[in-house]
Amino acid sequence: MDLAYLWFFIVGVLFVGYFVLDGFDFGVGMSLPFLGKDEVSRRQVINTIGPVWDLNETWVIVAGACLFAAFPEWYATLFSGFYLPLLLILLALILRGVSFEYRHQREDIRWKRRFDAMITIGSFVPAILWGVAVGNIVQGVPIDEDKNFTGSLFTLLNPYGLWVGLTTMLLFWLHGTYFIGLKTDGQVHHDAQALGKKLAIPAVVFAAGTVVWTIIIAAGREAPLLWAVVAAGAIAAVALLASVAFNWVDRDGRAFAAGAVSIVFAVLTLWLALFPYVMPASNDPANSLTISNASSTEMTLQIMSWAALIFLPLVLAYQGWTYWIFRKRVTRSMIEKAEATAH
Amino acid sequence: MDFLDPLLLARWQFGLTTLYHFIFVPLTLGMSMFVAIFQTIWHRTGNVKWLHLTRFFGKIFLINFAMGIVTGIVQEFQFGMNWSSYSRFVGDVFGAPLAFEGLMAFFFEATFIGLWIFGWNKLPRGIHLATIWMTVIGTWLSAYFILAANAFMQNPQGFQMSESGHRAEMADFGAVLTNPVVLTQFPHTIFSAIMFAAGVITAVCAWHLVRGQNLELMRPALKFGLWGTIIAFAGVVLSGDQLGLVMVNTQPMKMAAAEALFNSACGADASFSIFSIGTPDGTGEVWSLRVPYALAFLSTHDFNGCVEGINDLNNLYATTKFPQFADQVNGNFAPILWVTYWSFRWMMGFGGIAVLVAIAGLWVTRKNAKRPVARWMWKIAIWQAPLALFGILVGWIFTEMGRQPWIVFGQMLTQDGVSPNVPGWTVLISLVAFTLIYLALAIVEFGLIFKTVKEGPQPLPGPDDPDPSEVSVENTPSTVY
Repeated sequence: MDLAYLWFFIVGVLFVGYFVLDGFDFGVGMSLPFLGKDEVSRRQVINTIGPVWDLNETWVIVAGACLFAAFPEWYATLFSGFYLPLLLILLALILRGVSFEYRHQREDIRWKRRFDAMITIGSFVPAILWGVAVGNIVQGVPIDEDKNFTGSLFTLLNPYGLWVGLTTMLLFWLHGTYFIGLKTDGQVHHDAQALGKKLAIPAVVFAAGTVVWTIIIAAGREAPLLWAVVAAGAIAAVALLASVAFNWVDRDGRAFAAGAVSIVFAVLTLWLALFPYVMPASNDPANSLTISNASSTEMTLQIMSWAALIFLPLVLAYQGWTYWIFRKRVTRSMIEKAEATAH
Repeated sequence: MDFLDPLLLARWQFGLTTLYHFIFVPLTLGMSMFVAIFQTIWHRTGNVKWLHLTRFFGKIFLINFAMGIVTGIVQEFQFGMNWSSYSRFVGDVFGAPLAFEGLMAFFFEATFIGLWIFGWNKLPRGIHLATIWMTVIGTWLSAYFILAANAFMQNPQGFQMSESGHRAEMADFGAVLTNPVVLTQFPHTIFSAIMFAAGVITAVCAWHLVRGQNLELMRPALKFGLWGTIIAFAGVVLSGDQLGLVMVNTQPMKMAAAEALFNSACGADASFSIFSIGTPDGTGEVWSLRVPYALAFLSTHDFNGCVEGINDLNNLYATTKFPQFADQVNGNFAPILWVTYWSFRWMMGFGGIAVLVAIAGLWVTRKNAKRPVARWMWKIAIWQAPLALFGILVGWIFTEMGRQPWIVFGQMLTQDGVSPNVPGWTVLISLVAFTLIYLALAIVEFGLIFKTVKEGPQPLPGPDDPDPSEVSVENTPSTVY
């Protein structure tokens, strides 16, 4: 098989990894104002992702680099075309990232609130815009014969793109509440479960809408993997409903796991609908970027395949080990004890 | 001049964001190593002094680390956002080292830094020590790959042109990774990063010593700062010398531009000017202070060697080597001379001053020194940190401005690499946004580092306190944020 097809899926796996992992980071950030009723609970919420947020975010850097190396044309068209949304994502990620490091540096409550607000905004913005971006890739955008995007920001703000954006936001948010539920105790734990219950219905509605809409788009394009799109969408839907049910019956771990499965398959639904294109052109199908006309040479892909084959399992192993090390809940008493020693 | 020229704006944005990113990178590369050394000494000796130094400089390292990550994402995205034609042209070759950097180094360092920060009382001590060394390896590995990518722009090798002529295609990945430019640039970068970190340690120690506080901790750390500066400087000079030789071979125009040498010269005539005053239009020279033979030796390691001048190189490039590009650059393949000339001198000058200060510092703090160190001396030592940093930053300005007008030497002009479909006003928005946010963050960042420095390390326990070697670690909060 042509290695470019393999890399279409490896890049897909990297983005799936990013959306699953940084997804619940975003969810934690979005939940912060709703769950952090006092400073101790705010710290509890933030510390659930403390040791892992930057390595979760690393997935997007690696996904981006692999996209560049395996599909230079896709990378070039996408990043220059979606310039302003990507700029907003970058600015949001910058503000969010430094806020984690900066908020605890001073005991001033106004200082902390300012960075808390930046964490929350910096989580909402990319959670929505990544969905808008992926939605637009799947749906297709105007591309000229030199493979350059010819639309504007408003081209991207179409109903399907926005719908997918709201879907990713809701899914990430919901998943974030499961993660907090899994990783905390006391009031925060309780509130996280309650917030998850409130988000359940809108998340299910939007996710169902995205799955159906995406199947319609894929069918309209006579997508060769239409059966797989339908199957992935169905699994995503079932997993999402299961996560809601588990959250309802106080099974944090299973809710989180089912939530992760739902995000994996939701992203896969979109990815499979794209196949064999990487950026379909909405104006003239002849200008579309496909797996074969956007990819690198066989030699580059071979080198990259060896690297991925060796290093991706290693990465998964030591990242898994990290999660194992930090598997315990972040309890109220832990934070209170830490505060006592700090003073 | 057109202020909405997308090319000009995109170049300013790439230059500013890259330089800004490179404030944090060398501190990460260098300081992680010193922190690892301090922790190793603590691990071996059990002397709590080194634990406190580990944690103190570790804190400065961490404030800086997050900025390094988030500003690094911008760098990767910018290739596609602002330089899409370049990305299409080089992606097959240039992308692979970036992907390797991600797969091998970024995951590695991000994981182990998290384990180091949060693992103080969760991991066995030996393993916890290993996590900081893993972080050092990860950061250095990522430096190697990104410099290999950069080396392709300076001296493209290991590729062939596609049949259509529209892109460079991978021919030999080994040649890409062993480009002579990266083999010399990598040690040059690492040593200069260590020198900067040593400068920061020196400055921090001087700040406390001038106030007469934390003497027991700051004195040993100061030795690391001063010796670190001197040893690293030796490495910087040796690797820089080799890098210079490579540059003369691969980018002779850059060397000619570093000296603003218009006509080829040999032996005594190939002199190195320490200072010069040019005519206002920059084409002639009014007065200069010169060292004969120096340029010949720098460029060829032979006092009677010859150095090619700008005019001769332009002639060669326009007629035989790159005639197809001659019209686009109006026959001038030289970079902006005052930028290359002065950045080259400032790079060496800043580094040279820093090492002189370090040598003087060792002399006045020697064991049998008759007089205590005067206050003004400590105050000078505080400038060690910015000195080394400025040296590094102007060094990069020289390297990248000296590459112009090429984006990939001999293969693609910078003006042909820019995204054709991103209008000037869009780039202006991002340029302004990045500038404002980066400025605001610089203020916060500098304030926090200064506050951390001012608070100083945890004081050493008194004679009545309980045995510190166990207690201090157990009390370390596992929840950092």
